[in-house]
Amino acid sequence: MAMDFKEVFEQWSWQEASEKIYAKTAADVEKALAATHKSLDDFAALVSPVAADYLEQMAQQSHALTQKRFGKTMQMYVPLYLSNECQNICTYCGFSFTNQIKRTTLTDAQILAEAEVIKQMGYSHVLLVTGEATQTVGVDYILNAIKILKPHFSNISIEVQPLEEEEYALLAQEGLYAVLVYQESYHQETYKSYHPKGKKSNFNYRLDTPDRLGRNGIHKIGLGVLIGLEDWRVDSFFCALHLDYLEKKYWQTKYAISFPRLRPATGIIAPNFIISDKELVQLICAYRLFNENLELSISTREKAEFRDKLVRLGITSISAGSKTNPGGYAVTPEALEQFETDDNRSATEVAAMIRNQGYTVVWKDWETTYA
Amino acid sequence: MKKLIIAGREFNSRLFLGTGKFGSHTQMQSAIIASATEMVTVALKRVNPDKEDEDILHFIPKENMVLLPNTSGVRTAKEAILAAELAREALETNWLKLEIHPDPNYLLPDPIETLKAAEELVKKGFIVLPYINADPVLCKRLEDVGVAAVMPLGSPIGSNNGLQTKAMLEIIISQSQIPVVVDAGIGVPSHAAEAMEMGADAVLVNTAIAIATNPIIMATAFKMATEAGRMAYESGMGIRNFKAVASSPLTAFLDE
Repeated sequence: MAMDFKEVFEQWSWQEASEKIYAKTAADVEKALAATHKSLDDFAALVSPVAADYLEQMAQQSHALTQKRFGKTMQMYVPLYLSNECQNICTYCGFSFTNQIKRTTLTDAQILAEAEVIKQMGYSHVLLVTGEATQTVGVDYILNAIKILKPHFSNISIEVQPLEEEEYALLAQEGLYAVLVYQESYHQETYKSYHPKGKKSNFNYRLDTPDRLGRNGIHKIGLGVLIGLEDWRVDSFFCALHLDYLEKKYWQTKYAISFPRLRPATGIIAPNFIISDKELVQLICAYRLFNENLELSISTREKAEFRDKLVRLGITSISAGSKTNPGGYAVTPEALEQFETDDNRSATEVAAMIRNQGYTVVWKDWETTYA
Repeated sequence: MKKLIIAGREFNSRLFLGTGKFGSHTQMQSAIIASATEMVTVALKRVNPDKEDEDILHFIPKENMVLLPNTSGVRTAKEAILAAELAREALETNWLKLEIHPDPNYLLPDPIETLKAAEELVKKGFIVLPYINADPVLCKRLEDVGVAAVMPLGSPIGSNNGLQTKAMLEIIISQSQIPVVVDAGIGVPSHAAEAMEMGADAVLVNTAIAIATNPIIMATAFKMATEAGRMAYESGMGIRNFKAVASSPLTAFLDE
């Protein structure tokens, strides 16, 4: 019987991974750049500090590989926040339990009102987002949301609390396409300090979530770390380790990586680790070189001018015109956000920007009936 | 050049185009025109009736064109049949490129699910063109269940690696009673010419044209290469030899 991820994960210590990355030399980076199929060891070289000197080469490779695999296309998606109720304390999040904000969970009518507006914006792919409030926003609530949204969207994904295996099976049956579940950090002690209370404080349950997804026929699994909690190089190495394991085990599943950088939000602390724009480009290119089939996603957390440049550097899906508060599109546009967005252009404006760079904007690339 | 016939329909062009990876719909349209193709494949999942002005179908020339919807994205025979029925309804055609690739990385087709779905879809009245690995036995099995043509791959889709499966393609072509369309991996015009010289009935190209800096010139180059390869095949090519032929050293004594 093949190992589960925890066993793979425990073969590495943070220290060991960190030393491996920081010991990489220019020769290691050159070897990685020359390899046809890049190994995890090559990934470590590509995220190492010395690889910064090879950024243009990495970007060229990333651009060429992305066009070969995805063509000159960019997928559009938009988040739909259903609830900001949350029983977790996450010290970086605007929805954290102890934050004194007005809590909202959308009703069916409100969900449909929001859907109407984002359909008008042009969207066909939607990402449903919630906090973790099992009593009010449990699997039944999510299931219902998918049911009522299915006639209006061709592709539905979720970014919600980790669920049980049977619950994922239920959602998959209903037409759910993808589940995004970021580990936030693979550093166990750091994870504990950022998530002191609530179900989310259970590191291992979260770590096991992609396995529960893989076993239940979800079409796509989204992984990532919250950049700013820990050293991004080491955290990303563990994320790549996770990806590598999942891809071999659940070979019918697609994988996506997101690059959330900590953003200001009400009541939160500043990031401990800063990643520069240049380093974020290095990270995006490193993932693309490591895996040419990955979907790489960028949100409105990033500023407009930077996002414009990322279109040609390996990113394959992008959100625009996003609201990060429940009801933000139609119901209560003034409510408090999970985080501040930095690119506030409309979907139409972002689509025009993409086209100007010689890419086709893809609004629809699925049929919910396929699931 | 002899006309190609698939399911009773005549084709002047032996070059088919995929539509997925172009930088814009107008660019795709120009490439289609330049290629002189008469059959293009389009992923049903990309068809977007909600945004008609931006919909890919809107940009595909209608005249003398067979629209070949494909089932890209499905993982099983069951999903493929569902997708095929949706495609028939939405695009009003019985033509179908059956592609079932559960592996999202190399997009390699599942032979078991493909055969199952093909059998069912033929019974339902579809003109089925299955995308498959270059497996001669599978081609014969598909022929037995009544598909209209087979579409074996030259190398993994989008790889531009050419005819890596050449030995198997030669067997498929020599055995087939239905048209053989070499589908994936054709990266440069010489690959298309090579496939045609081998006796393939047609080739399908997408990535190589779509991601070229100038897709229109590339589409023209593929048109010419496909025609050249076919003409050479029909001309009755001489056998290629790598060495000069010795003058009967083993049997010359018989004439002495």
